[in-house]
Amino acid sequence: MSEHLLQVDHLSITFGGLRAVDDVSLSIDRGELYGLIGPNGAGKTTVFNLLTGVYKPTEGIVRLDGQDITGHPTIEINRAGIARTFQNIRLFRGMSVIDNVKAALSREFSYSSVDSIFHTSKYRKVEKEMDKRAQELLEVFELGAHRDVLASNLPYGQQRKLEIARAMATTPKLLLLDEPAAGMNPNETAELMHTIALIRDRFDMTILLIEHDMKLVAGICERLTVLNFGRVLAQGETKAVLSDPEVIKAYLGDADN
Amino acid sequence: MQSFFTSLVNGLSLGSIYAIIALGYTMVYGIAKMLNFAHGDFIMVGGFAVFTAATTMGLHPVLAILIAMVVCTVIGVTTERIAYRPLRGAASPLAVLITAIGVSYFLQNVALLIFGANARSFTSVVPWKGVNVGGVQIQGVTIVTIITSILILTLLQLFVHHTKEGQAMLAVAQDRGAATLMGINVNRTITLTFAIGSALAAVAGALLCSAYPQLTPYTGAMPGIKAFVAAVLGGIGSIPGAMIGGLMLGVIEILSRTYISSQLSDAIVFGILIIVLLVRPAGILGHNIQEKV
Amino acid sequence: MTKLKRNHLFTYILVIAFYIAVEVMLRMGLLTSHLQGLLVPMVYYAIVAVGLNLCVGILGELSLGHAGFMCVGAFSSALFSNLTKETLPAAPRFLIAFVIGIAFAALFGFLIGIPVLRLKGDYLAIVTLAFGEIIKNIVNAVYLGTDENGVHISLKNAMGMGLVPEGKVLINGPMGITGTPRNANFTIAVIVLLIALFIVQNLIDSRDGRAIMSIRDNVIAAESIGIPVVRYKMLAFTISAAIAGAAGVLFAHNISTLQATSQYFGYNVSIMILVYVVLGGIGSIRGSVVAAMILYLLPEMLRGLNKYRMLIYSIVLIVIMIINWSPAIRSWREKTFGRKGRRQEA
Repeated sequence: MSEHLLQVDHLSITFGGLRAVDDVSLSIDRGELYGLIGPNGAGKTTVFNLLTGVYKPTEGIVRLDGQDITGHPTIEINRAGIARTFQNIRLFRGMSVIDNVKAALSREFSYSSVDSIFHTSKYRKVEKEMDKRAQELLEVFELGAHRDVLASNLPYGQQRKLEIARAMATTPKLLLLDEPAAGMNPNETAELMHTIALIRDRFDMTILLIEHDMKLVAGICERLTVLNFGRVLAQGETKAVLSDPEVIKAYLGDADN
Repeated sequence: MQSFFTSLVNGLSLGSIYAIIALGYTMVYGIAKMLNFAHGDFIMVGGFAVFTAATTMGLHPVLAILIAMVVCTVIGVTTERIAYRPLRGAASPLAVLITAIGVSYFLQNVALLIFGANARSFTSVVPWKGVNVGGVQIQGVTIVTIITSILILTLLQLFVHHTKEGQAMLAVAQDRGAATLMGINVNRTITLTFAIGSALAAVAGALLCSAYPQLTPYTGAMPGIKAFVAAVLGGIGSIPGAMIGGLMLGVIEILSRTYISSQLSDAIVFGILIIVLLVRPAGILGHNIQEKV
Repeated sequence: MTKLKRNHLFTYILVIAFYIAVEVMLRMGLLTSHLQGLLVPMVYYAIVAVGLNLCVGILGELSLGHAGFMCVGAFSSALFSNLTKETLPAAPRFLIAFVIGIAFAALFGFLIGIPVLRLKGDYLAIVTLAFGEIIKNIVNAVYLGTDENGVHISLKNAMGMGLVPEGKVLINGPMGITGTPRNANFTIAVIVLLIALFIVQNLIDSRDGRAIMSIRDNVIAAESIGIPVVRYKMLAFTISAAIAGAAGVLFAHNISTLQATSQYFGYNVSIMILVYVVLGGIGSIRGSVVAAMILYLLPEMLRGLNKYRMLIYSIVLIVIMIINWSPAIRSWREKTFGRKGRRQEA
């Protein structure tokens, strides 16, 4: 009996009187491409923050691969297998493209501080392996040629890809993408859709994404949860959810697409 | 007992000066979201302005203070415009802090060039000898200082809560983005904040130098830092907090100096800062602000 | 060899070349005794600057209290040297003094780091300033002496120690420590500088360094990729303090009377070193060394301009900060000069 990879039950959080996320439940299976959508302010990023330990929920349980990770610190949740990108890109702007990825390989390719300071043979060995893996990862995202470019000097679309590459470097089980297509033109969005599908297939990845771009959502998401005012409005197969009149009404009240 | 009472009164007086300085600090921090490290040196500028106007040019003390307020306001507003505004939205918040340190150095060294390093003897702006309460002589400048700070606090509170500009300040302090959307001119509001803060620094300078009549280019630095401690103690961004913090700090400093040691009184004052930030970082009347993820 | 490694190698070569040049000038009698006296201070300020840049440029935290760590390193090592100056030969004594000075500075860095590193940037700066002042004030208030009954301490005055008349006063309150053997010389100072460079540059080019820089650039993102933020902040801060402590040891063994005055250990010194770091380029370790040496030497050599020195520094500081960090000016520079201009920090 295969469990859901991510099981969220009755997740809620209150901010000083405001119930920002209210009784949200969903489950995601291995290998799924799952979408979290809803009008602005519906609580989508808050859900991400709850799942990744940035906030502690006031109620509810989050289980990853059967393991209870509710309210655990971000670092532990990343170790358990969730990685994410951010609505406003959070790259390490003062570091090169490849160093952004190497920073994320820190846990897997490890050596002590003594090795760091004295550049021992263990340091050299692990650094070489780390460089190889980082380069491979960059190639997947077609960033290999830019490895020494300062992250902040990359064009916008490639910055977003780098953020995803960095998240992938932590070998997660579940990848959370927060509005990965924000600010992209149709060409870039199409390329992004291709990249996301590639990640899912090549790395056997399960992906949960927040998006406003309905073309992207309809194009790659298999199932959706729609949030409105912090509550689940609709859930299920993408096509069915997107034609749900309640969902359409919620979006018409939000002058977006 | 008499000496305790004297120390207490002196502490309240020093604390009032800290409070006036802290008010400027806290307003700038709450509204412009920056720590004006040079604020203490605005006090020194005010002191020298009063000195030049009153002692060198022989003008009436009140006129001298008004002139000093104008001078400080001009310098404060110019500093904001030239050195701080360009750095709004900089990648690192350290940038404006380091620049403020540069401004502090600049002001100190200009004063050094103009007035030299020797301490000037400051003629008090409060020539009143004071009163005698139960055998203890309370200096006139002490009483005037305490009353002035209460007056300033009251005026500020009225201004902030009952005028359009004051309300604009509160809005910008809460949420700059929203304030802009509501049509508030953020640049003008911040400029006004610096103007008021600098004017207050001038008053504080006049009173500080009247109570402690040795004036050098470095006179403002330490009181400035201690006033920041006071602002943090009371809750940074809170006007009544600055008052409470200032008074408490002044009393603690003077009592420490009297009963423990002059050397260690500074250590104790700074120790308080550290304890407050560890135990209750928001200060007595402040609130915590979370970063948006 | 990577660009970074080449960059770092160049720094070592620069320092060694500088050392050789100075030694040659010394042998040829080209240096006045005044200049000779400046050699060791020049180097230990470079050392503190390197340590501070690790904290400000690599970790991204503004410490205004590094003079306090110098003070700790200076006094702990000087106390040891004075205690053992009759019993131990110079070489091992100085070496142990170094270990003690660095260890105490690191300890203070660690203890202070625990509460301080969780504070926001502005607060952290003022609290480190506060700690620096506290350390200086307390050291000034310490009276320490030994006699046949052991060690005595008082925080009030020399009498309070209760020393027997034959007893020896080691730390005389504000009068400090006198008679520390002057073991520091230019060669040793340069060796310490090279060691500091070795540690910091190697650290930067490593997994630990990348972790530290990721914390500087974006704490929340760093957490999201599993970086233990507190651990690395403490590591960087403690090493930074230890390096300042090493400079303090050199300082203490290069002066006949060691006093915890504002001139040597007050926050103005911390700020001066920050000026060196900023003018040398935040994040550029080589820049810190060069700036510290030149900026320290300059006023001593251009006595005439000395009046205007600090004024010029302050103006240059403000201008550099605005040019490098103002969003408006940066985008103007990008439009005019293109994006290639900026290289990776460190």
